[in-house]
Amino acid sequence: MQKIGKQTIKLDTPPTILQTASIVGPKEADGPLASYFDQCLEDEFWGEKTWEKAESKIIKETVAMAIAKSGIPSEKIDFCFAGDLLNQCISSSFGLRELNIPFFGIFGACSTFVEALCMASVFLEGGAGSYALCAASSHFCSAEKQFRFPLELGNQRPPSSQWTVTGSGAAIVAKSGMGPYITHITPGKIVDMGIKDANNMGAAMAPAALDTLITHFKDTGRAPSYYDAILTGDLGYVGKEILIEMAETKGYNIRSNYNDCGVLIFDKEKQDTHSGGSGCACCGTVFSGYLFKMLQQKKYKKILLMATGALTNSTTSQQGESIPGIAHAVAIEL
Amino acid sequence: MKPIETKKDYQAYVDQKSPNSPIIKNCFNAFWVGGLICSIGQIIFNYCKYRGMDVQMSNTIVSIILIGLSAFLTGLNLFNRIGKFAGAGSLVPITGFANSIVSPAMEYKSEGYVMGVGGKMFTVAGPVLVFGISASIVVGILYLIFNTQSITLV
Amino acid sequence: MEFFNSIDWMQMLRCFIVGGLICIIGQILIDKTKLTPARILVIFVTTGAILGGLGLYQYLVDFAGCGATVPLTGFGNALAKGAIDEVAKSGFVGAFIGGTKAAAGGIAAAVFFRIYCISYCKAKNEKAII
Repeated sequence: MQKIGKQTIKLDTPPTILQTASIVGPKEADGPLASYFDQCLEDEFWGEKTWEKAESKIIKETVAMAIAKSGIPSEKIDFCFAGDLLNQCISSSFGLRELNIPFFGIFGACSTFVEALCMASVFLEGGAGSYALCAASSHFCSAEKQFRFPLELGNQRPPSSQWTVTGSGAAIVAKSGMGPYITHITPGKIVDMGIKDANNMGAAMAPAALDTLITHFKDTGRAPSYYDAILTGDLGYVGKEILIEMAETKGYNIRSNYNDCGVLIFDKEKQDTHSGGSGCACCGTVFSGYLFKMLQQKKYKKILLMATGALTNSTTSQQGESIPGIAHAVAIEL
Repeated sequence: MKPIETKKDYQAYVDQKSPNSPIIKNCFNAFWVGGLICSIGQIIFNYCKYRGMDVQMSNTIVSIILIGLSAFLTGLNLFNRIGKFAGAGSLVPITGFANSIVSPAMEYKSEGYVMGVGGKMFTVAGPVLVFGISASIVVGILYLIFNTQSITLV
Repeated sequence: MEFFNSIDWMQMLRCFIVGGLICIIGQILIDKTKLTPARILVIFVTTGAILGGLGLYQYLVDFAGCGATVPLTGFGNALAKGAIDEVAKSGFVGAFIGGTKAAAGGIAAAVFFRIYCISYCKAKNEKAII
C-alpha cells in the first residue's frame, strides 16, 4: 500500500470483492435494472410498522444475503462498515445489531457505500483481517420524512429534484482472491460551491465529483479512456451534464464512457423521477446488482466507481447554509 | 466554455443548466383546479344562504366542508396526487391548509399519539396560524388606535 | 331544483376566475422563487390579513364570493375582520380574541378530521403514481 500523487492510495496486493447482494423497493423494481437485483420488495413497509424499521430490515437481510452468497461463515468476517442517511445512522446500527461482527458506523451521505469500500480495503491491505463487510441503505419514505415534507402533503417536486432509492447494497471484501480487485482509492475532499437549493443536489455535488475525478487522473497518470466505465453515485441528469461539461473545460473528455447510477436506476419518462435517483442505496444497489454482474461477466474490465454525497441536513438547509459535496472514488479492475 | 472558478459563476452556470418548471402548464392546472375548488365552495355557500343562514355562518360551513373533504382525500392517499397535478391550485385554497395539518399527523403516527401526532401536527400549518393570528392582532390594535375617527384605514 | 334556479351563474364565473387567478399567483411564487409550501401559505394568510385590515379585501369578497374567501387570503381576511369586529365590541382585549375566534371553526375542523385520518389511514408512498 502506498500513497501516490496528492491523495490517491495504490493497493499493491489488492483486495477482492468476493460477493455482493442487493435488495430494492417496488419503484426500483419497475426500473430498467430490475432484473439485476437479488430481491425486489412489493411494498415499502415489508411487513414492518414503520419505515425506519423497514429500512433496518432491508439492510439486515441484504447483509445476510451477501454473507450467504459468499459462503464465508459470518464468524470469519472481521469487520463491518455500514451507514445510511437517517440521523445517527440508526438503520444500519439497528439493522446490524444482531450480526456479532465488529462494526464501524460511517457517514458519507450518499457516498457511504464507496467510503465503506475504501475503509475495508485499507484495513485488509494493512493486514488487520481477512474479510470485511460493506453495506449502505436508504429508504425513500424515511428520507422524505427526515429531509423534506410528509408524504401525503400535496406539493410539487421541481424538475431538478431527485428520488431517494429504497434499498440496500452489501459487498464482502476479501484480502485476497480472484478479483475483481480494488486497485486504487481516491478519497475526496469536501467541496462547496455555494449551492443552497436542496432540490438540486446534483449541482451541489458535481464540483466535488469533478475534483476527485481530476485528482484521480492526475495522481494515477491515467486518462479517462483507461476505464471501460466511469460511474458516479447520484448526480442525476442535472449533475451528470454539469460534470461532463466541467470536465471538458479542464481537458478531460468523459462523454463516451461516463454514466451515473442515479440515471441508470430509473426510467425518467415512465417513472416520473425527474433528475434521477439518489441516496446511499443508489450507488450501493447499482454496484451490487448491476455493475458487479457486469464485472463477473467480463463485460466491464476496469471501472471507476465514484460515489457522491451531499453533506447536509434539514437544520442547516433551513438555516440557509450552502450544501457541501464530497466524492470518493475506487478503481475496480479484473 | 471557460473553466468556472468562483461560486457566483457556478451558481449562474447551474441556473442555466437546471431545467425550469413547466410554468405555463402548472399555472393552467392551478387556475382551473383552484377555480373549481372555489366554485364548489360557492355552491355550498349558496345552498347555506338558500337555507336561510347568515353570511358568516355560511362561510364557516364552507370552510368546514372543504377541510373535511381535503382531510378525507388526504386519508385516502389521493390529495398528494391532486397536489402534484395542480400545485398551488390545491395548496392555496383552504384545502391545502387542511392537507398540511393532516399529512404530518399521518406521517408521525409511528412516534405515538402525544409527541408524534400531537406534537408534529402543526409542523407545516403552525407558521400559518402564528402569522395569521399575529397579523390579526396587529390589525385589531391599529383599528383600536385609528377608529377614533370611526373608520377603517381606508 | 328551485335551489339550482336560484344560482347566479355570472357570480359563479367570477368566483371561478378570481379563485383561479389567486392560485396562479401562488403557482408563480412556487415555480419562480423556490419558496416552500409553508412559506407560500404564510405569505397568503398575512397578505389577506393586511388587505382585510385595510378594508380592501372586502371589495374582492363582494365581487367574487367564495373565489375570495376560500383561498387562504380569505382566511387571513377573516382573521383580520374578526379582530376588528371584536375590538369594536369589547375594546383592546378584542384584538387578541377576535382573530382566533374567527379561525376557530376551521382549526377545530382540521383537528377533528385529522382524528378520522390517523385512526383509519396510513401514509403511503403513492406520490409516484400520477
